[in-house]
Amino acid sequence: MAEQPYTIVIGLEVHVQLLTESKLFCGCSTKFGAPPNTQTCPICIGMPGVLPVMNRRAVELAVKTGLALNCEIARFSKWDRKNYYYPDLPKGFQISQYDLPICRGGYLDVPSPNREGMRRIRIIRVHLEEDAGKSMHDEKAGRADSRIDLNRAGTPLLEIVTQPDIRSPAEAKAFLTELKLLLNYLEVSDCNMQEGSLRVDANINLHIPTEDGQYVATPIVEVKNMNSFRAVERALTYEAQRQYEAFLETGHRLGDVPKQTRGWDEDAQLTRPQRSKEESSDYRYFPEPDLVPVTVTDAELEALRQQLGELPADIRRRLQETYHLNDYDSDVIVNQGRAFVDYFCQLADTCGDGKMAANWAQQDVLRTLNERDWTITQFPISAAELARLLCRVKSGELDTAKARMVFGHMVDHQATVDEAIQSLGIVQVDETELRQLCAELLASNPKVVAEVKSGKDKAIGSLVGQAKKRNPHVNPARVKEICLELIRQETT
Amino acid sequence: MSLSELTASQLLQQLREGRIKAVEVVAHSLRQIDQYDPTVGAFLRVNRDHAFAQAEEIDRRRSRGEKLGKLAGLPVAVKDNICTQGEPTTCASRMLKRFVPPYDATVIAKLKAADAIIVGKTNLDEFAMGGSTETSALGRTCNPWDVTRIPGGSSGGAAACVAARMVPLSVGSDTGGSIRQPAALCGVTGLKPTYGRVSRFGLVAFASSLDQIGPLAQTAEDCALLLEVLAGHDPKDATSIPQPVPPFSETVRQPLEGLRVGWVREHLGEGVSPSVLAAIQEAIKVFQSLGAKVEEVELPHARYAVATYYIIACSEASSNLARYDGVHYGYRTDEKAMLAELAEERRVLQQQGKSEALEDLDTALVRMYRKTRAEGFGAEVKRRIMLGTYALSAGYYDAYYLKALKVRRLIRQDYDKAFQKVHVIVGPVTPTPAFALGEKINDPLAMYLFDLFTVGTNLAGLPAISIPCGFSEDGMPIGLHLQAPPLEEETLLRAAHMFQQVTDWHRRRPPLLDRQAVAT
Amino acid sequence: MISLAEIEKVAVLARLLLTPAESQQMTEQLGKILEYMSLLNEVNTENVEPLAHAVELTNVFREDRVTPSLDREMALANAPHRDEECYRVPAVLGEV
Repeated sequence: MAEQPYTIVIGLEVHVQLLTESKLFCGCSTKFGAPPNTQTCPICIGMPGVLPVMNRRAVELAVKTGLALNCEIARFSKWDRKNYYYPDLPKGFQISQYDLPICRGGYLDVPSPNREGMRRIRIIRVHLEEDAGKSMHDEKAGRADSRIDLNRAGTPLLEIVTQPDIRSPAEAKAFLTELKLLLNYLEVSDCNMQEGSLRVDANINLHIPTEDGQYVATPIVEVKNMNSFRAVERALTYEAQRQYEAFLETGHRLGDVPKQTRGWDEDAQLTRPQRSKEESSDYRYFPEPDLVPVTVTDAELEALRQQLGELPADIRRRLQETYHLNDYDSDVIVNQGRAFVDYFCQLADTCGDGKMAANWAQQDVLRTLNERDWTITQFPISAAELARLLCRVKSGELDTAKARMVFGHMVDHQATVDEAIQSLGIVQVDETELRQLCAELLASNPKVVAEVKSGKDKAIGSLVGQAKKRNPHVNPARVKEICLELIRQETT
Repeated sequence: MSLSELTASQLLQQLREGRIKAVEVVAHSLRQIDQYDPTVGAFLRVNRDHAFAQAEEIDRRRSRGEKLGKLAGLPVAVKDNICTQGEPTTCASRMLKRFVPPYDATVIAKLKAADAIIVGKTNLDEFAMGGSTETSALGRTCNPWDVTRIPGGSSGGAAACVAARMVPLSVGSDTGGSIRQPAALCGVTGLKPTYGRVSRFGLVAFASSLDQIGPLAQTAEDCALLLEVLAGHDPKDATSIPQPVPPFSETVRQPLEGLRVGWVREHLGEGVSPSVLAAIQEAIKVFQSLGAKVEEVELPHARYAVATYYIIACSEASSNLARYDGVHYGYRTDEKAMLAELAEERRVLQQQGKSEALEDLDTALVRMYRKTRAEGFGAEVKRRIMLGTYALSAGYYDAYYLKALKVRRLIRQDYDKAFQKVHVIVGPVTPTPAFALGEKINDPLAMYLFDLFTVGTNLAGLPAISIPCGFSEDGMPIGLHLQAPPLEEETLLRAAHMFQQVTDWHRRRPPLLDRQAVAT
Repeated sequence: MISLAEIEKVAVLARLLLTPAESQQMTEQLGKILEYMSLLNEVNTENVEPLAHAVELTNVFREDRVTPSLDREMALANAPHRDEECYRVPAVLGEV
C-alpha cells in the first residue's frame, strides 16, 4: 500500500434494531415490510394520554451486547427524553439514555483488513433508545410533501458508539462486518443495512504530520447516508482524500470551523454538505418521568452471561486450533452461523479430517444450501451421515467424482450413503480384480509402458480411460496408482 | 327527599333496594344540567342518549338479578382531559377540539366496568394549566355559589357540577391542586391520591411526575366509593404502584383513635384572608373535640414550593405538549395560507437583499409547526411552554430544572420528618375564597401564588383531601386541606368523614339551586 | 431578567410563533416569573440528590409479546392531512 501523507481517524456511531417481537414501549409488531401505518397504536403514535412501558427483552439484549463487547454494565441505568421536532418523531421527543447508559467502555477485536492480526476498537458506550418513523418525499401537483409512516416508530434500537480508533475505511468495513457477525450470533440484531436494521454514521478527520514530528488535525466531518458496508468504505475513502485536498487548500484545523455534516451520494460516489437534521441541537435532555430506572444485579448479569454462547472470535480460534483451519476457511464457516459451525464440527470430529470436512462443508454443502435456499437445519444429510461418505473417500473406496454423485443423490432422495451407492449402482471393484485389470492393460499397451518408463507419467491417462471402458466402476485414481506401481516394479 | 339531596352512597342504596331506578337518577341529573348548566357552564359535552341507554340496560340487568358493578346506575362527570373512546376529548383546547381518541383511559374502563354512567365531559383550564378554568378555549365555567366568581381550576367543571348537584360524582385531575382547589372554592370534597395510586394511562399529560386523577363528590364517603373504583395497579402505567387497593368504601366510616394533627405556622399567617384563617382554626378545634391531638410541625422549605413546582411542571409540560404539532392528530394551521405568507416573506427579503435573514427564514414545515401551535394553544399554555423550554435549555438546566429537583427532595424530606410526629397535616387549601372572574387572568404570577398550599403535596407525591369547613362573610365556601403520608388515603378519608359527621358545611347548597328550583 | 432576543430563540425552540406584541408581553411576564424563581438560589442544595420521580420504583417491564395494532383507518382517523396510507406534511427539507 502506498504511503499516505496522513493518518485517517474514524469513529463510528452504529444503530441496530433489536430482534424483539414487539416494539420498545408497546405491543406493536416490529416485522419488516408491512404496509405503511398498519403496525401502530396510540402509544407509538404518541397520542394524548398514552404512556410507555419498557420491553424486558430489549433490556436483556442490550445487556448481552454489552457483555459480548466487554463493556461495563451499569448497575443503575435510567431513561431520558431527547427533545426535538420532526414529523417522524410523533411525541416531539425520543426516549433514549443520556448520562447513565446501560453499557460503558468495552471493545471489539477486529481482524485487520490487511491480515496483520487483530485490531482492538474501543467502545465508548452502548445505549437503548426508540426508533423514529419514516418520512418519504413526494411531489404532487407542484408541491413537495413528506409522507410519514410510523410503523418503525418505537422499534428498539441499540446505539453503539466507538472511540475514534479506526484507522482506515477498510478497517471501518471490517469493524461493521465483525460487529454484524457478533450481533447475529447473539441473536440481538439482523444488522441488515438494506432493511434498515443497521444504520451507521461516521465521524472522520485526518492527522497530518508536520515537520516538527507533531501533527495537525483537520476539522471533523460527520458522514451520513451510507447504505451498505461497501458504501461506508467508499464514502470514507472519498472523504479522506477530499479532506486532505481541502486542507491543502484552506489549511483549516480542528476547531477553526464548526463540525460539518456531509451525506454520501451513492450515484455520484461523493459526499455533499447536508443541512443538519435539527436546526439547533439543544435537545434539552431531562429524566423521563414516565419510566422508572433499571437496576441489574450480579446474579442477573451472570445469568445473561451464561446465555451468550460461544462467540464468533472464540469459535474462529477453536476451529483454527482444533481443526487446523486457516483464516479463510474458519471465516467462511463462522460466517454461516452457529448451526453451521456445529454441523462442521460434528462432521470433522466424526470423519477425523478437519481439512476435508472444511472443503466439503464450504463447497458442496454450502453450495447446495445456496442453490436450494436452505438453512443448515433444513439440510437433509446429517453430519454423521456425511462423515460416513467422507470416510469412504478417505479410504479410497470412492473417488471424489463418484462421491459427489453419491452426495447429490443423498440430497435429492434423503438417502444414506449405502442406499445411494446401491441406487447409483456403484460397485466396489475388488482389489485383486483391479490389479488383474491393470496387468492386462499394461500387457496390451506396451507403448504406454515404454513412455512411462521414459519419464512420461502422464501417458497413464489413456490406460485409465480404457480401464473405465472395461469396468465403469473402477476408481480412476486407484487405476493410475496401481499401473504406475506395476510399471515401477517391472523396472526394479 | 329530592334526589339532589342524596349523596352517591345514598343513591346507591336506594338503587340497590329497588326504591328508584337508574333511568330516574339519570333523568334527574339531566334535568339539573338543563336547568343550571346554561348558567354554570360546567359541561363541554353531555351524552344524553347514551346515558339513558346505559341506565335502561342497568335497570334491566338489575331486574334480572345480575351482578352489577360498584357504581351501577350512578351518573358521573369526567374532566375533559381524560380520554374517552369514540368521543371527543378536547382538554378545553382548540388544539384538540376535534380529537377523538381510539381508546379509553384506564379509569374510564374501570368506571364502565363498575357500571357507572358517564353523563358528560367537564370544562377545565386548557390542558389543565390554570387555577380558575378561565384559560379554557371552549367554554366558560363559573362558581355555582356566585356566578361572577371563578369555580377554581383546573378541574373547575368537575367541581361545579357536583356543587350544583348535576351529578353526585365527578372525576378530575390534580397536578398542583387542580382537584382540591376547585373543590374548596365550590364547597365540595375532592381528593388527590398518592402519586401512582391511580393509573395515568389516558390522562392527557401536563406534568408527568405530578399528575394524578381523583374523585370529587359531596362527601368523603362518596369520594371513598369512587376512589376504590379508580385506584389500582395498571401494567400500562409504569409509575403506578403495585400495592393492592384498600377497601376505602368500608374503612371510611371507621373513626380514628389517637389522631395526631399537625399545622404549619407559615400556612396560618400572612397572606391568608381572615375568614379563611378563622374557618381553619375552627376546623382544628373540631378535630380536637373529636379527640385528636394537635401540634405544630415545620415544613421549612414550604416557601419554595411554588417556584419548585412551576419550574418542574412547566419543564415537563413543555416536553409533553411537544406532540401537538399538527402532524398526526389535532389542529393544523391552514397550509395554503401559511405557504402564501411564507412565500411573501421570502419575496420581501429577497427584494431587500437580506441574505442572512433569508437563510434563517423558517422552512415550510417549521412554519407549519409554529403557526399550528400559536393558533392552537392559548396564552397560558404558551407561557408555560416557554418557561419550561427555557428552564431545560442548555446553560439553564442546572440553575433551574436540576435545582428545582433538588429542592423537591428537600420538600419531601420535610414532609417525611413532619409525618414522624403527626398523622395528617391540616391547613387552608387557598389563601382566600374564590375571586372574581377576570381578576387575576392578567397576572400570571399572582395566579401561580394562589397555589401555595397545594403544590407541595404533588411535589412530594402525597395524598391530600379538601373538605368544606366554612364560609366567608359573603357566603363563599372555604376548604380545609388535609395531607397524609404516601398510601394513607384511608387516614384522610376517615378523618374527613369524622369531621363531616359533626359538621354540615358539606351539606350546604348553592343559593342558585333554590333560586331556580327544579321540579323533582 | 430575560431579553427579547432570548425570548425569540426560545420561541423557535418551542416551535411557537409570537407576534411582536406577544414577544414583548412574554418578555415582561417571563421576566417577572423568572425573577420569582431566583428565590431558589437561597436554598443550599449541596449534596442533595435530585428527586425526579415521586415514586421509588425500579424495573417495571412488559413482556415481549405482540398485541394487535390499530387498523390503519383508525390510526389515521385524526390526521389533519393524509393520503390513503400516510400522514402528509410540507416536505421535511423543502422550500416553499
